[in-house]
Amino acid sequence: MAGASTRSGMSAALTLIGKRFASSLLTLLLVSMTIFVIAQLLPGDAAQEALGQSATPEQVAALRHEMGLDRPAHVRYVSWLAGMVSGDPGQSLVANMPVSEVIAERLPNSLLLAALSALVAVPVALAIGIGSAMNRGGRIDRALNIVTLSMVAVPEFLVATIAVLIFSVKLRWLPSIAMASSDMGWGDYLRGVAMPILTLSVIVIAQMARMTRAAVIDQMDRPYVEMAVLKGVAPVRIVLRHIMPNAIAPIVNAMALSLSYLLGGAVIVETIFNYPGLASLMVNAVTSRDMPLLQACAMIFCAAYLILMLIADVTAILANPRLRAQ
Amino acid sequence: MMASAFQRAKALPVSGKVGLALVIFWLAVAVFGPMLAPYPVGAFVAYDVFDGQSAKHWLGSDYLGRDVLSRLLSGARYTVGLAAAAALLASTTGTALALTAAVGGAKVDEPLSRFMDMLISIPSKIFSLVLVAAFGSSLGLLLLIAAFTYVPGNYRIARALAVNLAQMDYVQVARARGEGRFHIAIAEILPNMIHPLLADFGLRFVFIVLLLSGLSFLGLGVQPPDADLGSLVRENISGLGEGALAILAPAVAIATLTVGVNLLIDAIGFSGKGKGR
Repeated sequence: MAGASTRSGMSAALTLIGKRFASSLLTLLLVSMTIFVIAQLLPGDAAQEALGQSATPEQVAALRHEMGLDRPAHVRYVSWLAGMVSGDPGQSLVANMPVSEVIAERLPNSLLLAALSALVAVPVALAIGIGSAMNRGGRIDRALNIVTLSMVAVPEFLVATIAVLIFSVKLRWLPSIAMASSDMGWGDYLRGVAMPILTLSVIVIAQMARMTRAAVIDQMDRPYVEMAVLKGVAPVRIVLRHIMPNAIAPIVNAMALSLSYLLGGAVIVETIFNYPGLASLMVNAVTSRDMPLLQACAMIFCAAYLILMLIADVTAILANPRLRAQ
Repeated sequence: MMASAFQRAKALPVSGKVGLALVIFWLAVAVFGPMLAPYPVGAFVAYDVFDGQSAKHWLGSDYLGRDVLSRLLSGARYTVGLAAAAALLASTTGTALALTAAVGGAKVDEPLSRFMDMLISIPSKIFSLVLVAAFGSSLGLLLLIAAFTYVPGNYRIARALAVNLAQMDYVQVARARGEGRFHIAIAEILPNMIHPLLADFGLRFVFIVLLLSGLSFLGLGVQPPDADLGSLVRENISGLGEGALAILAPAVAIATLTVGVNLLIDAIGFSGKGKGR
């Protein structure tokens, strides 16, 4: 009977995950509408801007027609959305090449930066989070609490500035501008991106460590931990053998949630270090009001955010013993 | 009233006292700072650019030879003023909508909450970038953009509080008494959620300071000749290589402001949760 009940528990969890996935897709659709509506609320329009003030009304009308701007908004939305889904989100107004090509050049850089930052941040945050949970209420815990609480509120560019001052001005170990190109070896690449990674990690670590600590402490208050303590199990063993298996899911949840800080952080960090990624591309699109490019970048960031939230929720669903045991 | 506030401040842990001191310091700077500035904000007063600390210029000079301290005192007013106004607007709008949802029944609550859930799933910095691209970044627009970006976060918290309170017996009694929805929202529910809302206001303030100075740092926020603390970091970025005080001072100023508020909220102990940066 145990097998049957597990199976029904699994299917209940799968149903929930399916529902959660569908609601993410629906949210993404609504987000795309919101972004499209805001981006198309422009006071002037793109055709007028491309031609400048001296253009005759006929010229503007012709370009509007060519760009498809004379069609009703909902038609334009549907064709834009269809283009996004099929990998062709239109023509970049400033670069004068397909948005997909511009993005294809930048996206891998950003993904690599995010992956490397996560690689640095996760173990450090785990160590800080678990360490301060084990020391709950003690000196180390309170000190770490103040440090992480402060780091959460420090602007990214201060972290970046201090990193540059220490590592490239005083110690002269690292370049103060990120260099990344395909023909660089791994060693040079890592040296070039060390500073952006350092800055992004610091931002993420603070949030992640706080959430990890909360997840571990939540487990510590459970009766089974008290039981283990009363049995006389050593503290380290309690954490590793008793608490960690149960805290894995909440910790993964915390990791996914705090990794979303990478998205906002990247906007500042890529700009300050001149890193050729998607976030600095988006900032350029805002400056030049290149709406097709901006919309596509915004959608990629929103999709990434929703995927992280989805991962967080799915781990929470899988970890819920009530669902597994139903 | 004064005495009880003083008692409370004395009961705070050290970190809370530090936070409170920082908050009071920056509020005072925002109000009185420009009056205390040793030089006019836009005046070129130093012979050297990126001067270090000296008796004439306590925080050195900037990339054009202007007095950093004077510019910082004026920039703090923009940062604190804009962020406080935007946080207030975000909190009152979010809370008003949340109260409407709590007393309006499912017909109001469902669509409103769905809409807010959708907005909350757009990362705040990305959302504000799209808004700036579409509308521009005059001071008034920046205030509205920052407020709009953080309404959903406040709404989510205020709604959770208000919906809980709306189920309480004393609210049911008020309803049975025949009180109107407006009276129930304002006189029965709102007074009991003020404390967590104040903590949330502090958090919104921190988020908005970081958002606005981030935008200014990117050159998309406060535009010259106005300058907030983020603009000061941006305009002196060329001094980064020589470790100029002109870039470090405004960045540290922002950090002490936001860290101060965070420490104070943490010490008071209403930890709200919401969308971060």
